[in-house]
This record gives sequence, structure tokens and C-alpha cells, in this order.
Amino acid sequence: MFDGRFEVVSNRPIAKNTFEMVLSGDTEGIRPGQFVDLRLEGFYLRRPISVCDFAPGRLTLIYKVVGRGTARMAELAPGAVIDVLTGLGNGYDTAPSGDGPLLIGGGAGVPPLYALAKALLAEGKRPTVILGFNARDEVFYEEEFKALGLEVLVTTADGSYGIRGFVTDAMDLSYTYFYACGPEPMLKAVYAKSVTSGQFSLEERMGCGFGACMGCTCKTKTGHKRVCKDGPVFRKEELPW
Amino acid sequence: MVNTSVTLSGLTLTNPVIPASGTFGYGVEFAQVYDINCLGSFSFKGTTREPRFGNEPPRIAETASGMLNAVGLQNPGIDKVISEELPRLRKVFHKPVVANISGFSIDEYAECCGRIDREEGVGLIEVNISCPNVHNGGMSFGTSPQAAAEVTRAVKAVTTKPVYMKLSPNVTDIAAIARACEDAGADGISLINTLMGMRIDLRRRAPVIRNVTGGLSGPAVFPVALRMVWQVFEAVKVPIIGMGGVSSAEDVIEMMLAGATAVEVGAANLVDPLASKKIVEELPQVMERLHIEKLTDIIGGAHHG
Ligand SMILES: Cc1cc2nc3c(=O)[nH]c(=O)nc-3n(C[C@H](O)[C@H](O)[C@H](O)COP(=O)(O)OP(=O)(O)OC[C@H]3O[C@@H](n4cnc5c(N)ncnc54)[C@H](O)[C@@H]3O)c2cc1C
Ligand SMILES: Cc1cc2nc3c(=O)[nH]c(=O)nc-3n(C[C@H](O)[C@H](O)[C@H](O)COP(=O)(O)O)c2cc1C
Ligand code: FES
Repeated sequence: MFDGRFEVVSNRPIAKNTFEMVLSGDTEGIRPGQFVDLRLEGFYLRRPISVCDFAPGRLTLIYKVVGRGTARMAELAPGAVIDVLTGLGNGYDTAPSGDGPLLIGGGAGVPPLYALAKALLAEGKRPTVILGFNARDEVFYEEEFKALGLEVLVTTADGSYGIRGFVTDAMDLSYTYFYACGPEPMLKAVYAKSVTSGQFSLEERMGCGFGACMGCTCKTKTGHKRVCKDGPVFRKEELPW
Repeated sequence: MVNTSVTLSGLTLTNPVIPASGTFGYGVEFAQVYDINCLGSFSFKGTTREPRFGNEPPRIAETASGMLNAVGLQNPGIDKVISEELPRLRKVFHKPVVANISGFSIDEYAECCGRIDREEGVGLIEVNISCPNVHNGGMSFGTSPQAAAEVTRAVKAVTTKPVYMKLSPNVTDIAAIARACEDAGADGISLINTLMGMRIDLRRRAPVIRNVTGGLSGPAVFPVALRMVWQVFEAVKVPIIGMGGVSSAEDVIEMMLAGATAVEVGAANLVDPLASKKIVEELPQVMERLHIEKLTDIIGGAHHG
């Protein structure tokens, strides 16, 4: 964990109620699949947001406005300075992925898969990406994943764009492993349909975000785990679904 | 040079700043970001006889200037605390620690306190009596002077180290509970634990916290905590550890002026992992600004006549 000050470089809408925020600051030690915790003026608790992309001195986050805290984030203008805890959580393990893993993201669960895709590509692997949204106006990052040279399948629940249905309706293809992030019902559906091993990113309401308060505990087959510290990434075999 | 040291029943601390139970784990997460030996001490996570999962999630909700928690005393149980957590803790913290103990029966309190009393590195035992008594319809021990006194007597009979009873603020007469503990032999009083509260999710039209209610802490509770420390100071002679919303060196001074000998910092550690360290560092400057040479001079200093 690192406690750093980051400056907003840009903060722009990229889909319905969805924003991409680029920050400058110390990104030393950040890994794909980890999250950061933002302190916002006027809010007591921090807001946990996944690492979407990072480079030395540069951090990209994508967030959906769902309440007052994320609405406040959307108001931050370039130049604003925020207190951010970085290096939180375990991150993805790319070792077991094989050559052709599936990356499955739903809505606000899409962002961490972008940094993961880059890491897998750097290891010479070729992931296929499935992005699920409710409707056309919520779709984001399809082009960014394609620009990495990856095959991208988009599903929308209302059929207004791409494949009609859920991410699981696009899963009938061959893959060596999978990584999934999204709302819990989606994760459970992926769990049920998946034919290989894989990893899931979980979410829970957090007090601290760094393992001190036991606010975010979940049950696994190997005991009680803290989503913020022992997760947020868990192996399929660990989950009691 | 100002003097920040304070003494709790013979245990001298270099400064009065103690991270509160449940907000500091067993110290290891914080030891990764700073040398926690700058602290006066810290109070480790509430420990029970059996391992506990605690409550179902969600366990946390945000409030104006604070938070609710319904962790439900998740802890690995006293065996593991003694065999695994304490050895780890001793590697990162070299001063006497405050052992926070919880129980659901008088027997459990006595057994756990008796065992932790024999552990090297434990300087003081803090007995959390906000828990429900399983033998008495789930009424919290801390809400009745008789029950609080009974726990105190049982723990004192099996321990040699200072015993501080940690009171629940969810009572009408906090002074009466404190007095009952003192009369039963408590070496000191620790207060306050969290105030019971709740939040409702407007979209789901249901409580945010699965357990429905949770304990409120953070700056929102500071005035309530201060008032209770003040009342208890007027009611007992034993030392007081004051807590509830403390977030700055000024808050520490204010708590001490109300009657606290030492001060615990809780929720502040969760939102700023460096909070306790910053308070320790700011304390000497704030003392100088307020012309305080010796911190012990101001304990209860706002009570006149
Ligand atoms: C590890 C992790 C990574 C996340 N990554 C992203 C991301 O990349 N993009 C994104 O859009 N969202 C992400 N989220 C969800 C995001 O944290 C919440 O949407 C956000 O905290 C909501 O804040 P609010 O004030 O707008 O909502 P409110 O509902 O007003 O928030 C009230 C409280 O509940 C908490 N809370 C509300 N919803 C959630 C939730 N789903 N998960 C955890 N806490 C919640 C808030 O942090 C706050 O303490 C992530 C959550 C976790 C745990
Ligand atoms: C997440 C959390 C867990 C807590 N767990 C315990 C506990 O195990 N035992 C205990 O005596 N108090 C526990 N407390 C209460 C605190 O020690 C403290 O009394 C209270 O939070 C008031 O201080 P604060 O406002 O500075 O947080 C907990 C508080 C929080 C926020
Ligand atoms: S949020 Fe505090 S332990 Fe995970």
C-alpha cells in the first residue's frame, strides 16, 4: 500500500453515466487487478476503484456514477489534487492463463480487464474479450481493446448493440482460462457456464481497503478472506458457488 | 521539550495515542506503512474464545462524518491469537500492547482474560462489555451495572495486569456503569464503544447493513464521547482511556481536558492509515502552542470546582 497525491489530468464522459479519469502521480508497484482508494472532500469513507490502466506517473480509472461520491468524482476538474491509496489488493495471476484466455467484463467490471489484457499481451498471450452492457449507450472501451489487436465481442441485454443477451451468451468458443469482473449475478453465471479454471474479481463495501477492519470479509472454501487484501481476485476453485 | 508521557495503572506510555480495537488489526498492515513503535500502544482486535466469522456482509455504511460497522467481532479465536497473531505482532511492535477481549458469557470473559494475562507483551487488558450475554436474553453486559460488575469481578479474580472495562455508550447513565466497574475492582475505564445506528438504501428500500444496525464511530460521535468521558471522570477515581471520533492532536488534548489519561484513535486509522502517526507527531507542537509542558498536567483540566 502506498499513500499518494494524484493530480487529475483529464476526466471525461465515455458512455452513459460513465467517466474516464486520468491521473498523474506515483504508480510504482501497481499491478493489474489491484484497486485504488480515493479520498473525496466531504465524504468520510474512501471510494474503491479498479486500476484500468497505468504507466510510470500515469493512472487511468473508469467509473460509473451511481451515488453521491462518484457524482462528486465526475465534477473534479483537471488540476484537482486527490489523496489516493494505491497498490491495494492482490491483483491477477497471469501465470495459469494459457495462450488464449477469455476476459469477461460486465459494466463497471470492464475496467480492470484492460490493464490485464496489456499484461497478457506483453507475455505473448492472446486473450479474447467479452464485454457486457445493458444497452448501446453504456458501451465503452470496445475500440480501446480492439486497438490492442484483440478480438472483442460485445453483448447488450436489450440487443441494441452487438450480441443480444448476457456475456454468457458469447462464451461458446474455445479458451484456455478466463478472468471475469462484473456484478455478482454475472460472475455466478460465468462460474456455472465456464469449462476451464479462472479468476473472479469480487466487490464488497469497505471500511479501510487495506486489511485492517474486517469490513469486507467473504467466505471461501479456504476460509474467511478479506476482499480488499486477500482479494479482490479469487480463483474459481476457492469460491463456494 | 514537552513531556508527552502518561501512566495507566503503572504502565507508562511515551505518549497517550493508542489505535482503537478493531481499527488496527494486530498491527501488521500499519507496520508496512510506518514504524508503529512511535505509538503509545495499540489495542488489538476484539478476541473471543471461539473463532468467529462475524456478521454477513454488507457490514459497512457511510454516514455524515463517520461510519457504521457491523463486523460482529470477526476474529480467529484466542488459541490462534496467542499462537499466531501475538508472535507476529511482537515482531513489529516492541512495547506493551492493549489486549481487547470480548465474551458472550462471564466464563468466556474470565477464561480469555486469564489466558491473555499470562502473555508476554500484553501491558493492559481492555474488556469490551458491549457484547450480548447469551445467558441473559442477549442483553449487553454493558447496559446493566450489575452485569458489568460481575464481569469485572470475574476477570479481576484471574488476572494480574491492569484491567480496563470498555463501556458501551448505549445506556442512559454511563456514570453508574463506570462506578459499578470501579467498585468491582476495575483498574480503569475505557470509553466509548460505538453508538448503535442504521442507514437505509433508498433504491433497495432496505437497510444498507445486512445486520440492520451497526455501530457509529468517527468524528460524528466525538461530542457524545467527550461528554461521557467528562461524566465518568466526575464519577470515578481510576484512570480513563477516552475515545470516539478522535482525529487530531487537538482532539487528544480535548479528551484529556475532559478527564482521559490516554486516548484511543479508531475509525480515523481506516480512512487515513497514517492518522495515528500524524497525531503522535503533531502532539508536541500543539502542546507548545497551548503552553502545555507536561501532558499529565491537563488530565481533567476542564473540570473546575
Ligand atoms: C475492489 C473494487 C473495485 C471497484 N472498481 C470499480 C471501477 O473500476 N469502476 C466503478 O465504476 N466502480 C468500481 N467499484 C464500485 C465503486 O466503489 C462504487 O460504485 C462506489 O464506491 C460508489 O460510491 P458512491 O458514493 O457513488 O455511491 P453510494 O451508494 O452513495 O456510496 C455509499 C457507500 O457505499 C459504498 N459502495 C457503494 N456501492 C459500492 C460497490 N459496488 N462496491 C463497494 N462499495 C460500494 C461507497 O464506497 C460508499 O462508502 C469497485 C468496488 C470495489 C470494491
Ligand atoms: C470496524 C470497527 C471494528 C471495531 N471492533 C471493535 C472490537 O473488536 N472491540 C472493541 O472493543 N471495539 C471495537 N470497535 C470500537 C472502537 O474500538 C472504538 O471504541 C469506536 O470506534 C469509537 O472510536 P472512533 O470513533 O475513533 O472509531 C470497532 C470499531 C470499528 C470502526
Ligand atoms: S475493508 Fe477493511 S479489511 Fe477490507
